[in-house]
Order: sequence, then structure tokens, then C-alpha cells
Amino acid sequence: MTTRRRSVRERFGAGLRRQGGDALEWLAAAAAALALVAVLALVALLTVRGLGHFWPGSLKALEVREGGGATESLLGHVLARRNVPALQLREAGLAPGPGPEQRERLLLRLGNRDLGAPEFRWLLASDIVEERTPPAATVLERSEWGPLFAYPLALRDDGTTLVAGDGPALRTALAEALAATVQAREALRALEQGPLAAASAALARLRSSADPRVTAARERLAAVETERRSLRRAVERYTLQVALADGQRVEQPLATVLRAYQPNALSLPARLGLYFSQLWDFVSGAPREGNTDGGVFPAIFGTVALVLLTAVLVTPLGVLAAVYLHEYARQGPLTRLVRIAVNNLAGVPSLVFGVFGLGFFVYVLGGEIDALFFADRLPSPTFGSPGLLWASLTLALLTLPVVIVATEEGLARIPRSVREGSLALGATRAETLWRVVLPMATPAMMTGLVLAVARAAGEVAPLMLVGVVKLAPKLPVSDEFPYLHLEQKFMNLGFHIYDIGFHSPDPDATRSLVYATAFLLVALILVLNLAAVILRNRLRERYKSLDT
Amino acid sequence: MTEHSINVQALRRAPAPRVSAEGAALVADSLSLHYDGSAAPALDRIDLAIPRQRVTAFIGPSGCGKSSLLRCFNRMNDLIEGCRISGRIRLDGEDIHDPAVDVASLRRRVGMVFQAPNPFPKTVFENVAYGLRIQGINRKRVLDETVEKALRAAALWDEVKDRLDDSALALSGGQQQRLVIARTIAVEPEVLLLDEPASSLDPISTLRIEELIYELKTRYTIVIVTHNMQQAARVSDMTAFMYMGRLVEFGETDTLFTNPEQRQTEDYITGRYG
Repeated sequence: MTTRRRSVRERFGAGLRRQGGDALEWLAAAAAALALVAVLALVALLTVRGLGHFWPGSLKALEVREGGGATESLLGHVLARRNVPALQLREAGLAPGPGPEQRERLLLRLGNRDLGAPEFRWLLASDIVEERTPPAATVLERSEWGPLFAYPLALRDDGTTLVAGDGPALRTALAEALAATVQAREALRALEQGPLAAASAALARLRSSADPRVTAARERLAAVETERRSLRRAVERYTLQVALADGQRVEQPLATVLRAYQPNALSLPARLGLYFSQLWDFVSGAPREGNTDGGVFPAIFGTVALVLLTAVLVTPLGVLAAVYLHEYARQGPLTRLVRIAVNNLAGVPSLVFGVFGLGFFVYVLGGEIDALFFADRLPSPTFGSPGLLWASLTLALLTLPVVIVATEEGLARIPRSVREGSLALGATRAETLWRVVLPMATPAMMTGLVLAVARAAGEVAPLMLVGVVKLAPKLPVSDEFPYLHLEQKFMNLGFHIYDIGFHSPDPDATRSLVYATAFLLVALILVLNLAAVILRNRLRERYKSLDT
Repeated sequence: MTEHSINVQALRRAPAPRVSAEGAALVADSLSLHYDGSAAPALDRIDLAIPRQRVTAFIGPSGCGKSSLLRCFNRMNDLIEGCRISGRIRLDGEDIHDPAVDVASLRRRVGMVFQAPNPFPKTVFENVAYGLRIQGINRKRVLDETVEKALRAAALWDEVKDRLDDSALALSGGQQQRLVIARTIAVEPEVLLLDEPASSLDPISTLRIEELIYELKTRYTIVIVTHNMQQAARVSDMTAFMYMGRLVEFGETDTLFTNPEQRQTEDYITGRYG
């Protein structure tokens, strides 16, 4: 046994030596390749599934066999095709009938959520009698109830028919009417947020009705109200009469329609234009319909604000701690203990940090701040409830170890000769630290910051306790003093993924949104990291080590 | 081994150095130094007077304590944990270990150049201006003048006058070492301590450094540690030979190299050991 084992080891060792370490080289290369493939596969999956969501696919008109020989007409997007064992179908209570053991099933998005039928439906491919792509089939994207898939029949203005038929005349008229509606809608929103809000606020300030200015304010408000009524009429003016797949006729007001297009009649450039326009809406828009539709801009903004604030908080804290540990503290059992504690801090589950953040930052610190500075608003809390500041502080605490460790390593790498050179010129320790040591350690600090940023951007669990919400009414930055509202709750991409993926009323509707949001988060982390890496490389070039 | 111990015994009868304490810039008085964790002292009761505006060389085998002694003169050993010093060092009659003495200002008076060039990762200009900025001198005109003067004194001006804003790390090793010398003399010290300043340089750069030392001695008191006896013979006026933490012999360089009083000195300079 012993001899055999030794011979194996000898053979292996000899092989290694003879081939100049080839076996080890291959093993190392394989490990590196595995890491690369894993990352690329993940990014590819997210890209294809996520970005595919915005591609305006064609609308299929299907004739589907029903029980009892009847057929049903459907109109929708085919989202997925999957092979399923017939046994599974039988167990699910369906009767696939005799035939092959594997059956193809289609997931169809039928839209028209407000019209009773389920929006998503699985079909057996064998049940499809006829499949067409009618060029007149139209997608109406709506701000409520998701999209409407139908055939337009006539455009009406306050009940009178303007254009009828399904020709290009209707399409042109629809585009014009929609543009006018969108314009009126924008004007209405601007009026409500600007002059209307100002006028009612002005009236509210003049409490006593004896004030002579009250009449003027009332008149002003009435004038704004009149303007608002006329804008609202302009918004609600047009309706589109459409026929659904089953022939049912429906009046769809253009007031809630965001976009109308005929996916089956689109040319490739038009399709690409539509794709990027939809992608842009996703990145720059606010969520609608309980986060199942619309954009994720507030979540992107919240994530960036959180990460930047975390970086701003963690860097000075971590750097100072590392400077103390490495430059000032007497090296001994106590500093070793502190180092072990710092490293262990990195291993504490992030949720525990969240609990700490809630218990200490929010309730204790926030409560104190409220009692001291915002006593007039109590009992409703200002800083005494979860918010951006506390979430950033919690993440700063969470990412502190990486910054400390990286900075300490950087400080340790600075040659003693450079420190001595500074001291020999009559610089004090503090001057040496400030003028020579810290600048030379900046690349290491940046490395720590890169790691901290990546960790902070990807963290979700602790945030749920200290400030993240499903839907924040306002961004944490506004044009109102003090511009940065640290006490506000905010949205976060990581939490958004969790929310739309697992707390959505309709998981079929949000599945591809989960991928798209995850893709955005990964891209965002990449951008933040890249910025930090570029900055670090520049600094490194400037302070490259003195190995001569 | 036996012969070795006999020699160490012989050291204890070494004659006192001939330079009088009055004309000296630096005087060491029964100076001993212990590092933590080693039983033998790194420096053992050194008595030495370094003359003003002359070049004094410390020679001796590796680990004999010559660098430790040099680092005592600007209290660089303070930075080493567990390093204990007894005895006195006087700079112009002033005890440098006196609690009233500010270490930073002492180091401005006693400049030091290290074994390997250690420019800061800053521009050539900022390297030379560093000591001045530390003292709070930030006036552009003063800095410009001083930097040029220091670089000229270090025989580097002509080579770097067009590259003042380049990184000092882009200079060659020999240029870097002269830059470090310029940086040191920019704060106008009284004493220059050179710790094997040419040991990492090529022969031509070494020659330039030696010429520079020769020029600088008209203005500064220079103490140089070297393991190269030819160098000591070429550049120094006075030479101290050290062995195992003790000062074996100290005298005029010419005398010491041609007619050493101690047998150990003779053995060392003729290359019999070390």
C-alpha cells in the first residue's frame, strides 16, 4: 500500500517535473476558464432573456380546438415553447389524447387583462388548427391593465367617427390622435404639478377668509381649474373602437394608451427603433401596475445613490481605522484581536447587519435625532424610520472590513525607505503619513472601495429592514431644500428583482422583467466597478512602487 | 576562534581618537545601543568626535554597527521598536537626546541619504521642495530658487532642468541618488549622513557621487558609511574602523590606510577578513 502510494506520487511528481509543470498549468487554466465561463454564461443568460423582453415580436392569430369540436380565436405573443411529457399533462388533469410521449406546449400572452380572460395561457401545439400573422393586428400599450391586442376598427372623437376601416388612413389618424393625446397628457401633468399645486398651496396658506388676498387666490385657482378641465377634455377626447380576436367590439379611450403599433407590419429599422424606445422607457420610466409594468428608473437611482453614499461613508472610516491599526497602534495581541474581529465582521450574515441597523441606527440614533431636531413633527418620525441614510450606514458597516483589509495591505507595501526618507527631512510622523504614505496607498484604498461597491450594490437582505421599499413615491434627490433627502425611503434594483420575481401577482408577466432588471443591476455594478478600476489604474501609474 | 576573542580583548586598549572635542561637529560619548532580542550590544561604548566640514568614513565588516552608529546621529533609531541607547551624542555641544530637542528639527540639521535611492513618487521639483513645504515654505519664488540651488549643488541641474515636472521615478538610479542628496541639502543641514550612498549604483554613477561628496565637504560636515575601502580612501579625510560594535581605530585616512595602529585594522584593510 505504502509503496504503491509512493510510486503514484513519484510518477505524478516526475510527470510534473518532466513536462515543466504542465499538469498544474492545465489545472490552473481550467479553473480560470471555469470562472470566466460561469460569468459569461450568467451575463449571456441575463442579456438574452432580459433584453429579449423588449423585442416587439409578432402577434399571432390562432385558431385553437376546444372541447366539443368548437374552435376559439386567440391573438397574442408566443413567449415560450416547451416540450412536456404527456404523463405530466394527464396528471395535471388535461387530456392530451393518444400520441407521442413528448408534447409541445406554447405559452401565449393574450393581453387584454381588463376584459376578463387570463392574460397568459399555455396551449398544446397539437390543438392549434390555424396560425396567421395578420398585418392589422395592433398592440396598444396602456398605462393601466397592460397591453391590448386587437384589430382597430374606427377612431372616434367625442363619439363621432372620424375614420373607419382598417387601412392606412386609420393608422395615420390614430398616430395623430395619439400624439395630440400624449401632448395634452404631458401638459395636464405639468399643470397639476406646477401651477395647480402652487395655487392650492397659496390658498391653503391664507387661512383666514377675511384676508383680502383670499379672493385673488381663489380666482387664480379657479382659472387653473378651468385650464385643467379643458386639458382633461383634450386628453379624453379620442376613443378607438377595436375588435378583439373573438370579434367582440370594445371602445378603448386613448387617454390611457401610451403607444400603438402593428408588430406584424413593422420593417426591421422600425422594429429596432421601437425596441430601443421600449428599452429606454424601461431604464428611464417609473414602474406601473404594482411594478409589473413600466420602468425601473427609481430603482436604478436609489441603488446608485445608496452605493455612492455608502462609498462616501465607508472610505474615511475604513481608511482611518486601517491607518490607526497599521501606523499608530502598538503591534501586539490587542491589534491582532482587532484584526481578527474585523475579518470576522466580513463573515457576519448581512441580515444581521440589517437587524443591527434597524435596532441601533433607526430606533436609537434616528429616535434621538427626531427628539432633538424634529420634535415638532413627532409622533410621526423623520429620521426615526428606515431611510437612505440608515441603509447607507448599515452597508458602510457591512463593507468596512474589505476597505480596512485592503488599505492595511496597501500601507504594508509602502517601502520603509520612503517613510524614512520623509522623516529624515524633518517631517513628523503625521506629515509623512499625509504627504507620502497615504497618497501612495490610494490605489489599495481604491481596490478596497471597488470590492465594497460591488458588495453594497448587490446586497438586498439588510436593506429590507433599513429603508428599501417596493414603491417609493419620490426620489431621494429633488429640487426642494435640502435637495438630498436622507430620511426618505428608496427603491433598489436588487430588492426590485426579488419583489417582481417572487411577490408579483402574475409571475408570467414579470419573469422576463426579472431578467431585464438583473441585467441592469449587473451592468450597473460593472459600470461602477469600471469607473473605480480606471481611477485606481491612474493612481497606480502615478504612485507605482519603488522597486528598482 | 581563539585568535578572534584575543583580538576583541585587544580592542579595549584602543587609544583615544585624536580629534579634540572642541573642533568637532558631532561627538559621541560612551554611546551604546541594544536591539531587543539580541544579547550583544550593537554598539559598545563608542567615543568619537567627528570634525567639522570634513568627510569622515565608517568602515568595517557587515554587521559591525557602522550603519547603526550613523542612524544614531539623527535619531533614526527611535523608529525601531525595542532599541535602547545609552551614552550621549552632542551636536555643536547640545545633547540630541535632551527632552527639549525636537526630533524633526534635529533631522533638518542632520540630513541623511540612504543606501538605496528613495525618491518620493512625486515630480522631481516636488521631491526637492518636500523639506521646504514641510517647514511651511510655499512661496513659488523661494521654492524655485532653492530647488535650483540644491539641484546645482547635487550636480543634477543640467540633467533634469527640463524634466522638473516629470516623475522622479523616471530618473536613473544614479540620478535618483543625486536627487535624494539634493532633496537633503535643500533644507540646508549642518551634517550630511550618507549610508552606503553608492552601493546600489554602477561605477560611473558611483564616481559622480564621490565627486559630489568631494565638492560638498566645503560646506557640510559629511559622515559616510561604506563597505568599499577604496571609496573610503578616495573620499574621506578621517576614517573610523569598526568591528563587532566597537570602534577599533579612528584617525586620518592616510595614516589609517598606510600605517594602522591596530592589527585588526590592518587585517581588514589588507583583506584578510571581513
